[in-house]
Amino acid sequence: MTAAALAARPRAALRLSKTRSILLLSAVAVLLYVLANGHLTLPLDTQTPLFTALNSFRDWMIANRTAWFFVFFFTPVREGTAGLVDFVTGWLTTLGWVGIAAIAGALGLVFVTWRTGVAVAVALVLVGLLGVWDATMVTLGQMIVAVALSLVIGIPIGIWAGRSDRVQHVVTPLLDLMQIMPTYAYLVPLVLLFFIGNGTATIATMIYAIPPAIRLTALGIRGVSAETVEAASSLGSTGWQVLRKVQIPMARSTIGLAVNQTIMMALSMVVITAFVGAGGLGEVLLKALEIQDVGGSFDAGVAIVLLAMVLDRLTASASQTSDRSRPGADRVSVADRRRLQAAGITIAIVGIGLGVTQSWAHVFPSDFSLSFADPVNALVSWLEANAVWLTSGLKDVASSWLLDPLQQVLTSAPFWLVIGYAAALALVVSGRRAAAVAAIAGLAIAALGVWRPAMETLTQVLFGVVIAMVVGVAVGTWAARSGLVSQIVRPINDALQTMPAFVYLIPALALFGPTRFTAVVAAVIYAIPAVTRLVEDGVRGVSVTAIESATSSGSTAFQVIRKVQLPMARRSLLAGLNQGVVLVLAMVVVGGLVGGQALGYRVVQGLAQASDFGIGLSAALAIVLLGVMLDRITQGAGARREVKRIEDE
Amino acid sequence: MTSTFPAPGPFAQARLAEAQQPSAETAISVKGLWKIFGPGEHKIIGTPLADLTRDELRLATGSNVAVRDVSFDVRPGEVFVVMGLSGSGKSTLIRCLTRLIEPTAGEVMFDGEEIGKASQARLRDLRRHRFSMVFQHFGLLPHRRVIDNVAFGLEVRGEPKKARRDKAAQMLALVGLEGQEMRYPDQLSGGMQQRVGLARALAVDPDVMLFDEPFSALDPLIRRDMQNEVLRLHNEVGKTMIFITHDLAEALKLGDHVAIMRAGQIVQIGRPEEIVGAPADDYVADFVQDVPKSYVLTLGWIMREVRPEDPLDGPAYPSTTIIREAVRDVACSDSPIRIVDDGKLVGVVDRSMVLAAIAGTEPEA
Repeated sequence: MTAAALAARPRAALRLSKTRSILLLSAVAVLLYVLANGHLTLPLDTQTPLFTALNSFRDWMIANRTAWFFVFFFTPVREGTAGLVDFVTGWLTTLGWVGIAAIAGALGLVFVTWRTGVAVAVALVLVGLLGVWDATMVTLGQMIVAVALSLVIGIPIGIWAGRSDRVQHVVTPLLDLMQIMPTYAYLVPLVLLFFIGNGTATIATMIYAIPPAIRLTALGIRGVSAETVEAASSLGSTGWQVLRKVQIPMARSTIGLAVNQTIMMALSMVVITAFVGAGGLGEVLLKALEIQDVGGSFDAGVAIVLLAMVLDRLTASASQTSDRSRPGADRVSVADRRRLQAAGITIAIVGIGLGVTQSWAHVFPSDFSLSFADPVNALVSWLEANAVWLTSGLKDVASSWLLDPLQQVLTSAPFWLVIGYAAALALVVSGRRAAAVAAIAGLAIAALGVWRPAMETLTQVLFGVVIAMVVGVAVGTWAARSGLVSQIVRPINDALQTMPAFVYLIPALALFGPTRFTAVVAAVIYAIPAVTRLVEDGVRGVSVTAIESATSSGSTAFQVIRKVQLPMARRSLLAGLNQGVVLVLAMVVVGGLVGGQALGYRVVQGLAQASDFGIGLSAALAIVLLGVMLDRITQGAGARREVKRIEDE
Repeated sequence: MTSTFPAPGPFAQARLAEAQQPSAETAISVKGLWKIFGPGEHKIIGTPLADLTRDELRLATGSNVAVRDVSFDVRPGEVFVVMGLSGSGKSTLIRCLTRLIEPTAGEVMFDGEEIGKASQARLRDLRRHRFSMVFQHFGLLPHRRVIDNVAFGLEVRGEPKKARRDKAAQMLALVGLEGQEMRYPDQLSGGMQQRVGLARALAVDPDVMLFDEPFSALDPLIRRDMQNEVLRLHNEVGKTMIFITHDLAEALKLGDHVAIMRAGQIVQIGRPEEIVGAPADDYVADFVQDVPKSYVLTLGWIMREVRPEDPLDGPAYPSTTIIREAVRDVACSDSPIRIVDDGKLVGVVDRSMVLAAIAGTEPEA
């Protein structure tokens, strides 16, 4: 027997015992629960010394705005950023709507295709018709500043990380942490340092948008063939020459993707920063959601989606230009290119001229409008009147049969039992370090005094993940096996993944009203595209030979799926589970806004009311800790999450 | 005992002995070169650990010996081939010469200068003017036109655009790529891409050209063309060349001297005929077993001393003639071939000896 075969044997035995250990663990947990339920459940006390202390700390920070660290760091950073945003937004307003639409159209025309140029210009006019032009410009202004700063900081760091293993080792865990952090968990600490306002919102957006800029740039630099770099070095290039003449040009398309992803991340965050005074579309959406005005939120939601589309179309081409198609090589001749450029410049100049000088082209005329608010509200009322048996039936069944019992168990179990079970699971699935991290995170949540809302959030996450996995595995497998299904699913996934998280709340709210179930539904819709895509890629990656050998020995299609494709795609399934957990958690806490309760609601309250600041900050930290805990438990596969859509490349 | 056939005659023995002598003139001299990858890079040499085999050392220290105590001399203007299977350390070795990979120990002397002691700036200068390299997968820049790829080395050393483009155009003509200047690398076939790589290496007018398995990625017919191209260029420009390959036939065809590498060590260095005719150990013998001897060995290798009864009216050849080239004359002549070097009769080769060399059997005494 070969050494390899000998080495493989104990591992097989280990995997078998993995399933058994989990069953055994669960049996022990059930037993302990029966014995000890109701003890040490840590109910929520809103007046703990910790919360009070945090409140006083906030008061102290506010009282000490003249302290050196504010004067020399936080205040100038905030004011500088805010100043930039005001400057850019001012220009956007000055150019007028015709100017902006013309510039966007010209960019599309020159850099992508004339169809894209027309499409983005039309999309922007639609935004105007929706009656949210000014809000859109505020959002766009923040976006431009946040993205520009993210790229200015992120790309050099990415290049550095791409060229130095040491930097890569330092940066990677930080980026991992930033990516599992649910979007608005870090708004509360940021408010403490920078206070509410435009600048803070932009800084929050920047923090969220930097990881893909760094990660993808590093990926691009690392992707440059080592031999080509060597070839350049062998001819005596300096490090700088290698970077400028070889690495950056050859990584151009991946860096283009970095720009595109940074923009999309920034857009999804900039809406959420409405919580810290961002204004713009996020604010319109937030206000509508707060009073459950589905129609009003729909208009803002459509505007956000249109803006996402415009920005995505204008920048996606940068990443799609592969090394093969050089400017002017096979697509358009040099003369055509010149003509296109001339046309683009003319359109932009005429548009700007009109926008600046003509009042009709400056402020979007209010006589034309195309609001969906009324029809959508009518539809919602109709649903409430006629489909209530379906929606509330679904909601009630899910709530009373699944959510309530699960929550009952989690909140009545002693806290040590939940933490112990989580740590033991992590130990079996992902190893000793993961178990330690999970246990510490759990204990820290308990220590923060937000154990009960954390268990409520955990209930929603578990429920949402199960649904997202079931749907994601089913659709993903189907798409992997059928080209037609894949062709239908891919573009839908692409569209869903370019949409900012907030937008998902709208349809869920329309159907199910403000409840906990709504938050879960939004989270499921949010997580499904990513899970589906990972499952599809995994199943698709199973070797054709393995499938053929199963088929040739007479397996049915179902047997092939169950015995060959899914087991062989195990890594992707686990990566999908991991990604699903992170995304569901991120969305469930945002759902605190529409009746989701639990940790998310506490964060919203903490941002809104001074007296709830302490509990809000604790809840925000607990969200991060919960995220770390769940991430560690499910990370066993060792597969790292990829940045959205990177698989397409 | 290694199977050595045909057994080198007395003259061949003498030549073998001569080959052991260090040559007076060397272009590059490598002494005791080591490269160890891994955590123990600088803790192994000089300790008992250095005597372990590769696998033992990997288990013991987690470090991997790529090149182990390698020494050789390259004469000016020759083609020196390093042949070995994948993982034998040959690619690491060639990269250690110009410190694309930093060697762990040992010295590389070039033109009286120890390369290991050169500063970064001096090293860059050497790479810009004295050495150039051709790579297995070409290492071309996909975003640049062919002409700017060829001019790259001139560009990094700061030559003006006009001058470097003129030079690049000349080099493209030299490798037979006129008219392809304005195309992009991915519009060319593999063979043409490697010609671009070759032109790029020639453009800087180096003293030494390094080739890292340059033709492995090409299909056999193209590979043969390219080998002939290198031989032609070698005759035209007369550069010293160090050539890495895993292909024995290529090594024997191109090399003035061939070094066989195994597990990081050189097991034999010699002229092609020495490698084939007198393999140093079973490993090399195994390798050369299928090589047709008459295609590599020379008349000098198999000749015997002149005996009084030999008729001396046969055709004359110099001792460096490959056996195969003399087959026709041997077949037509009843007298043995006379081996004449510098007008002096040094030995004879008769028909049975040639036939034995072709058949690969021991000649009758």
